[in-house]
Amino acid sequence: MRVLAAMSGGVDSAVAAARAVDAGHEVVGVHLALSRASATYAAATRGCCSAEDAGDARRVADILGIPFYVWDFAERFTADVVEDFVDEYAAGRTPNPCVRCNERIKFAALLDRALALDFDAVCTGHYARLTDVGDGGPPRLHRAVDAAKDQSYVLAGLTPGQLAAALFPLGDSHKEQVRTEAAARGLRVAGKRDSHDICFIPDGDTRGWLAARLGPRPGEIVDLDGQRLGRHDGSYAYTIGQRRGLRLGASAPDGRPRYVVQVRPRTGTVVVGPRSALEVGTITGAQARWCGPAPTVGAQVGAQVRAHGEEVPGRLDRADPDGTVRVRLDRPLVGVAPGQTLALYDGTRVIGAATVTATIAGAAR
Amino acid sequence: MTAYLDHAATTPMLAESARAMVDELTTTGNPSSLHTSGRRARRVVEEARERLGAALGAAAGEVVLTGGGTEADNLAVKGLYWARRTQDPRRRRIAVSAVEHHAVLDAARWLADHDGAEVVLLEVDGLGRVRPEALAELLAADPATVALVSVMWANNEVGTVQPVEQVVAAAHAHGIPVHTDAVQALGHLPVDFARSGVDCLSLSGHKVGGPVGTGALLLRRGTDLAPLLHGGGQERGLRPGTMSAAGARALAVAVDGAVRARAGEATRLAELRDALVAKVQAVVPDAVLRGDPDPAGRLPGNAHLTFPGCEGDSLLYLLDARGVECSTGSACRAGVPEPSHVLLAMGVDEPEARGALRFSLGHTSTGAEVGAVAGAIGPVVERARRAGLVSSTRWA
Repeated sequence: MRVLAAMSGGVDSAVAAARAVDAGHEVVGVHLALSRASATYAAATRGCCSAEDAGDARRVADILGIPFYVWDFAERFTADVVEDFVDEYAAGRTPNPCVRCNERIKFAALLDRALALDFDAVCTGHYARLTDVGDGGPPRLHRAVDAAKDQSYVLAGLTPGQLAAALFPLGDSHKEQVRTEAAARGLRVAGKRDSHDICFIPDGDTRGWLAARLGPRPGEIVDLDGQRLGRHDGSYAYTIGQRRGLRLGASAPDGRPRYVVQVRPRTGTVVVGPRSALEVGTITGAQARWCGPAPTVGAQVGAQVRAHGEEVPGRLDRADPDGTVRVRLDRPLVGVAPGQTLALYDGTRVIGAATVTATIAGAAR
Repeated sequence: MTAYLDHAATTPMLAESARAMVDELTTTGNPSSLHTSGRRARRVVEEARERLGAALGAAAGEVVLTGGGTEADNLAVKGLYWARRTQDPRRRRIAVSAVEHHAVLDAARWLADHDGAEVVLLEVDGLGRVRPEALAELLAADPATVALVSVMWANNEVGTVQPVEQVVAAAHAHGIPVHTDAVQALGHLPVDFARSGVDCLSLSGHKVGGPVGTGALLLRRGTDLAPLLHGGGQERGLRPGTMSAAGARALAVAVDGAVRARAGEATRLAELRDALVAKVQAVVPDAVLRGDPDPAGRLPGNAHLTFPGCEGDSLLYLLDARGVECSTGSACRAGVPEPSHVLLAMGVDEPEARGALRFSLGHTSTGAEVGAVAGAIGPVVERARRAGLVSSTRWA
């Protein structure tokens, strides 16, 4: 196959590309320039899009003996991921930009370009497994062997067509094996630390980053009874489940900690309450997309609402043709915000994903 | 076979230049030392300087050896600005063409950002050529505030030859010094420093078959220039640092060789270039030749084309995969080709400017290489068009 290896400059995508070469594919490396600002060398070196990372990726490609290019996706990335991220927060939702990037950039804009340029597949360093079911159809997406590194969640929104043109050579490996292998191959990135943050917010200060873009939007902080407890400078700085930084003068009457339980974007009101108010028993989502066969209503599923979050069992009790889904959980999940990605699993297999639109509090059924 | 059509980026070293380099590299001696070895090295440097001067129509004393073209450009722009402003603090304006290489443009902009300069960009016409009348008008309006004028001899992207003599006439009418970046012109056009009338001229070794890291600024006798570097006083204090006998000799051999071969090469390359353009346009009729279509106004080895609906980096990749090496012509930022400031200045809109390719020919170019481009370009453009036009909503 002719394989386009997306190389971030990190150890995972480096080893993934190396394995694609070993597998006998004709591999070309490409680094996605996602930010214009990153071109200045003084810019932060964390994240996945700095000039230094492009240089690291280039060195890996040199060692692997494959051609290497930097492709400019800054405009698309800004429009489809960064601006969406800001808009979502402004609307009181909590987006996952990595999910969005995979769906709109890596396995859309990049994949489209790769296919048009006569490549057969895009290879990335995601920890996830693709299994061939032997029917000649698209592969199934499964969790990685390394549970701690599993990234199937951020890929759960990919369609069968996208998965059919994807290669994830690291799904059967543990992170330590990958690092050891990188060192054995003489790749300088072997010891490079993992990126955990949002790549376009290199200092990790999401709140400050949003404040710089959205400006002050003061509003009230109220309790579940509607009583005013304080004010804030912008509801976008608050995420459901958040406990720190509420700066409420008086403590709750019961003396227990208070959490953000709701953000009302229209009025800019932030509602706080006890931890019990965060418990969610039913999750409704929209824009469901299935990475394999669509599930049947009534199916037992596992539900996960954040990367590396807990998977909770439940039952799919709605799956409408318009993309609406609803899951009743066997036990509650804590802190589920609209905008988050709801990934559904059948064992280790990813069924698909939807975007959380509403939750019903309370106990499990 | 690899078809190397990127001679404007760098061209293979001439064998005699490489031999001269190795010869000197294995001989000891600092040209500033007073002992026998030093004197021998000094002689090599001075003979190289004389040979360069003779090849370029300059006196040996007008040759300032530098570490390359970019350094020569920076030395000229900043050095002239500082010297002229010191003489008269009103001289803060730097008039440069909008299509200069970044070594000139960014040096001028740096002075604007950090040292009180004002950059006046000289507009170009659709062929990429400055209008000397507009310059004359601009200078006449307020000559006392202009520190220098810098207009390149020939453009590195689209190959357009600039009216340097008319620029010189306009500037000298007011006693304003003129710098020209002749990096791309040298070896392709007749470059005679004395006859040109310019006050300083930049050249680079590796564009004419010499080593990377060598170059020179030709500086008219009596022209005041402030140095960028300070140190041991070499090159009359204008470019201190231990002189490289190897670099100087290899540079002189290459420049001399390129100048001697120039007339025949220019004819040969222009024919190859015309064949390349014709063959490409036969396969891709809507490919647009940018720059001056008249061979008299264009570098003989330059073919710059835009391909509507294509991204330059797709074209580059696809040609590279088929063994054809060329360039988008424009500067890169972190490996990403930027839309060319030259094309934008010529009035080309950004989507069209993104689909640019520069094929540049040089002393090793052959008809077979042109044939390789002709054979590859059809399917490459077709594929790049598909990649450029893929729907953004297909997966959404």
